[in-house]
Amino acid sequence: MAESETTVSLLSAEGRLEPTPSAEQFLPYFEKLTEADYRQFYADMAQIRAFDAEATHLQRQGQMGLWPPSTGQEGAQVGSARASRPQDHIFPSYREHAVGLIRGIDLLGIIELMRGTTHGGWNPQETNFHLYTLVIGSQALHATGYAMGVTFDGAVGTGDPESDTAVMVYFGDGATSQGDVSEALVFAASFQTPQVFFLQNNHWAISVPVSTQSRVPLYLRPRGFGIPSTQIDGNDVFASYAVTAKYLDDARSGRGPGFIEALTYRIGAHTTSDDPTKYRTDDELASWVKRDPVLRLETYLRGLGADDAFFDGVRDEAADLAADIRRRTLALGTPPVGKIFDHVYSDPHPVIEEQREWLAQYEASFDDVPASAEGERA
Amino acid sequence: MTDITTAQTGVTVDSEAIAPSSPAQSMQTAPAAAVDSIQTMPLGRALNAGLRKALQDDDRVLLMGEDIGTLGGVFRVTEGLQKEFGPQRVIDTPLAESGIVGTAIGLAMRGYRPVCEIQFDGFIYPGFDQITSQLAKITNRHEGSVSMPVVIRVPYGGHIGAIEHHQESPEAYFAHTAGLRVVSPSTPNDAYWMIQEAIASNDPVMFFEPKARYWPKGEVSLAGNPVPLHASRVAREGTEVTLVGHGAMVTMLLQAAELAAQEGTSVEVIDLRSLSPIDYGPILQSVHKTGRLVVAQEAPGFVSVGSEIAATVTERAFYSLQAPVLRVAGFDAPFPPAKVESLYLPDADRVLDAIDRSLAY
Repeated sequence: MAESETTVSLLSAEGRLEPTPSAEQFLPYFEKLTEADYRQFYADMAQIRAFDAEATHLQRQGQMGLWPPSTGQEGAQVGSARASRPQDHIFPSYREHAVGLIRGIDLLGIIELMRGTTHGGWNPQETNFHLYTLVIGSQALHATGYAMGVTFDGAVGTGDPESDTAVMVYFGDGATSQGDVSEALVFAASFQTPQVFFLQNNHWAISVPVSTQSRVPLYLRPRGFGIPSTQIDGNDVFASYAVTAKYLDDARSGRGPGFIEALTYRIGAHTTSDDPTKYRTDDELASWVKRDPVLRLETYLRGLGADDAFFDGVRDEAADLAADIRRRTLALGTPPVGKIFDHVYSDPHPVIEEQREWLAQYEASFDDVPASAEGERA
Repeated sequence: MTDITTAQTGVTVDSEAIAPSSPAQSMQTAPAAAVDSIQTMPLGRALNAGLRKALQDDDRVLLMGEDIGTLGGVFRVTEGLQKEFGPQRVIDTPLAESGIVGTAIGLAMRGYRPVCEIQFDGFIYPGFDQITSQLAKITNRHEGSVSMPVVIRVPYGGHIGAIEHHQESPEAYFAHTAGLRVVSPSTPNDAYWMIQEAIASNDPVMFFEPKARYWPKGEVSLAGNPVPLHASRVAREGTEVTLVGHGAMVTMLLQAAELAAQEGTSVEVIDLRSLSPIDYGPILQSVHKTGRLVVAQEAPGFVSVGSEIAATVTERAFYSLQAPVLRVAGFDAPFPPAKVESLYLPDADRVLDAIDRSLAY
């Protein structure tokens, strides 16, 4: 899935601002940004990369069962998330750590999810960043249904930029093969939902290459559903910002759904349980390391005059974030037994209450067991 | 050690308070003064009336499904509702069950109360993942910050002579899934009230409609005080054998009870109404009285609602039983071609046979 002349790019892999002709219609959105915004994008990417590295270490040290690293995909995530407005709703897959950071969740929630102290980790109503969804592609339909509700509420196309609402769903190249993603495209097109489908094509669904998911470039697929689409260099944070900003604007304005394919690459493993050396070549990896989204923005910023003091400051802040996550991860306890029964239903449920009470009594029955006999229980 | 299976509480309501003392009271009839509010109608029309009431009472209630708008659904349960409430309240969806359930989840997250129609029982499986992995678990995943007030209406069961995939009884799959509630009305009155209670529930409710019962008429008490959604109901009083069933099977059980009465055997019939949770109060009360239990269903017997009731009653009322709990069920074979469905589906004779076997102990 190589780039073509239609792929939108603003910031080249070498860190030069060289918008492609295909980028022209999106430039007005880029031009609204200031150097302070560029620096913010850089800080976002640096923070999440430090967080990601720390989380990987914590997994290796036994603090989590699993970690899905996001390194390499920061450009696609930061640009698109920074293009969203507070009232927009985001439905992530499970690798959108940078989007969560920007939407304002406590990143410890992701750690808790992967550690096994919760199936959730945060309250989406606080940030409009919905929970991670682990079954591939399921969230696409939730996003579409949510967006139908936004339309029914009349929160689209009023012209009020503070209330008109869009919905954005993140998914990967593997998910495009799931029926739910196709069904979401059908419903989105039929009901003209205010919605952006944001595909991060990181080229690998665990060990299966994107060529097995599709014989045509994936950005062409939604057009068959009647949904406009654009392919971008997903490692270009400016392209990701500008194109997403336009698509979200279109959605909020009542012009229906759109689809963005961000070409990017998962530099690390699928998760910490994966071994990408079994299916990827070193050459391929090296070619994508050269296209790193963080380095190219650093080059560009230095050209604009950002000095070591700025980069040192960003690095220190990112290190602080990572250290804070480490400290709080190590302090995480075991959830209470009630976690099994709480919120299985919203309304009272007799079976749940009965079993909750039984387990409490069963546990209490060991209270008088001498400590020396504890081992026999196990 | 306390064994959970000895606990006999755990019903949503005081079952003695709602168990009618005679069959005449079993329709939750309103006082005689309110006789105008009693109407006779088929179960399908009662559902239509219940849905209309829910749409009138709460703007957040939406109906969605295949062919439910202009056509009024293949069984006409939603007839006239799109015309009355508009295409944004009564939505003709694309033909995709996972899409229907998945978008209903998103709508519920937005604050709506979607009521989805699955056209036929055997068409529910494309939506199975969204129902069991998402709908059932979302409130739990959100630790209570999100509720899922979604109703999935499913016409189910045999007796209509239809082709493959159109006569199945898949309720056990959903009763097995934590986070779902599963109910099935057997009378027009229950249909009218239970659909409204299901919509009012803040949890996902699988609402199984016995399609064989869509057309026979019964009294509906429009001003009645509804029985709680998850309460079971004594449909006929008796003293020697207890029969338990749900949906269209209740009609068979009442027929069997009548035939047994002609032979001098007094049979009590309990309409489950709710398959998850199960209200064991009236069942255990009855078994303590009769000492004999026959559980009947159209669904295959293996790992079924009937199996669950047999196990639980054996655990909780062992010393009251005079005979093993017997199951009468569909066979553990695919639902057969229509011309032999009458041999597959349990009828009153098969129930009577089980009554005889129970009494023989």
